[in-house]
Amino acid sequence: MQSLNTSKLRSLELKANEIRQDVIESLLLAGSGHSAGSLGMADIFTAFYFHILNHNPKRPQWADRDRLVLSNGHICPVQYATMAHAGYFPREELKTLRKINSRIQGHPHRTALPGLETTSGPLGSGLSQAIGIALAAQLDKKKYYTYCLTSDGEQQEGNTWEAVMFAGKRRLSNLISVMDRNYIQIDGDTEEVMALEPLRAKYEAFNWHVLEVDGHNLAAFIGAVNEARAVYEKPTLIIAHTIPGKGVGFMENDYRWHGMPPNQDQAKIALSELQAQHQSLTGGRS
Amino acid sequence: MLNKDLKLSAEIFSAEIKQKPTRDGYGEGLVKAGENNKNVVALCADLTESTRAEAFSKKFPERFFQVGVAEQNLATIAAGLGVTGKIPFISSYATFSPGRNWEQIRTTIAYNDSNVKVAGHHAGISVGPDGATHQAVEDIATMRVMANMRVIVPCDMIEGRKATLAAAKIVGPFYLRFGREKSPVFTTDATPFMVGRAETLWTTKKPEVAIIGCGSLVYNALLAAKALADEDIDVLVINSHTIKPLDEKTIVAAAKKCGAVVTVEEHQVMGGLGGAVAEVLAKHAPTPMEFIGMQDTFGQSGKPSELYETYGMGVKDIIAAVKRVIVRKV
Repeated sequence: MQSLNTSKLRSLELKANEIRQDVIESLLLAGSGHSAGSLGMADIFTAFYFHILNHNPKRPQWADRDRLVLSNGHICPVQYATMAHAGYFPREELKTLRKINSRIQGHPHRTALPGLETTSGPLGSGLSQAIGIALAAQLDKKKYYTYCLTSDGEQQEGNTWEAVMFAGKRRLSNLISVMDRNYIQIDGDTEEVMALEPLRAKYEAFNWHVLEVDGHNLAAFIGAVNEARAVYEKPTLIIAHTIPGKGVGFMENDYRWHGMPPNQDQAKIALSELQAQHQSLTGGRS
Repeated sequence: MLNKDLKLSAEIFSAEIKQKPTRDGYGEGLVKAGENNKNVVALCADLTESTRAEAFSKKFPERFFQVGVAEQNLATIAAGLGVTGKIPFISSYATFSPGRNWEQIRTTIAYNDSNVKVAGHHAGISVGPDGATHQAVEDIATMRVMANMRVIVPCDMIEGRKATLAAAKIVGPFYLRFGREKSPVFTTDATPFMVGRAETLWTTKKPEVAIIGCGSLVYNALLAAKALADEDIDVLVINSHTIKPLDEKTIVAAAKKCGAVVTVEEHQVMGGLGGAVAEVLAKHAPTPMEFIGMQDTFGQSGKPSELYETYGMGVKDIIAAVKRVIVRKV
């Protein structure tokens, strides 16, 4: 991982903002899709694709690349936008989200788009696939890391805990999971739908190392990933506290935006808000 | 008479014929596949001995992964290994895998095109005393409807070994179905086996009915053919070990030649081999059919022989079905 200085940090913040704008635009054109989680995870996706991952967008099958597995596939608009910005495919293609014959399916499909590591959408199955990839790394004596991005809602799936149990038992230190802790799911607040807490204690009881971080503080998040990579003998979970809908005032912390796209008017407001944030980041210089 | 080209066992109709479960073929094939290719790995969900993954686990401990009683994890960890250059074989009882983890197999193995081989063991009612909870009679159907999934049901231990080795060589998802009970080993190492090609084991000059079977019940079909020959009723017996991709050419040709078909399987008659054959024939050669298999019911505890008799899968049931379908011929 490269070092992180102030100017790099600023460039990442700007990138995250631009990615949020592309998320809004692609969801508007798609007419369906998931806004809140996509916006909430834009900072973390930016951190991964523009700072953390050892990858090469021109060689998506490179055997030594770090693997990033998206378990909660429904937030793929942010993954697509980030990948496009990183150079995996033209940004123009973001307009095809959820459209017929598109490579960027409504939920990510590995064989449709080079650079996707798994197919996902049905919840709770990403962590165990990441485990399989991490086991293959051990067998092949490869040094790459396998990162898994999960939602908090999918902690309600039994498959998730089968995976948590396995990774703890096998002490998979080349596996780092990042949970988007935004407290919303389709039917409402996670703690009302099916309470998840105490998440830290649960993972620790399964022999994981657990970190908690502000998921919108890029420096703090990158620092947490650095710490996770320094942990031997255990897999690490980073609980990233995020604001669903981050960056768009009327979407923030409102669970109804979990599975809804903006309409024309809403998108206009959202984009003007994001553009204003972009301007303030550049100090008025655009 | 027996098709001599297929080099079936010389002991085929002897009371002394060797009996071994098809799952033994999985165990042998898995070790051999592991010797042939270092990328072959095996995973099991707390049923290592009974699904015959044990020999592999001892020979290649670093390539064997015990996941505990967690079939969803079994399928999805394998999916991750499979997209990273490994050739994972996962084994459990068929009621649990692919029973419990069907969606994981669909999304992360079949749709994701991960090179995973799903081995469903203790399939059919012949698992016996454990009862209906452990008798998978729906797995052929649930795997067959999945795009990008091949389905093979070996007829004996030797074919089980060949099917396992073939699955290791051919890139892409497979479902392999195995039985718990000993059954006659009536093929030999020299018997041809090719994924997607059905073999006509019993041929006659003017066959009146084509009996198409899969799994160890193919042996009962051969016994029925032999008994029918004594009554001057000529049939064909086809071993359709590959349910998907089905050997449509052989099946349509047999149906046209005979004008009547009986399917034989240790599975629900809906959606399994019989369903697959009916789909093909409805399209290319509508033919009267009778279906040997579970008739929309669950099994129960009992000895395998008692269960075959109770649920109509014995030799006499196949003979009766042949006679019924002859009457229906147009």
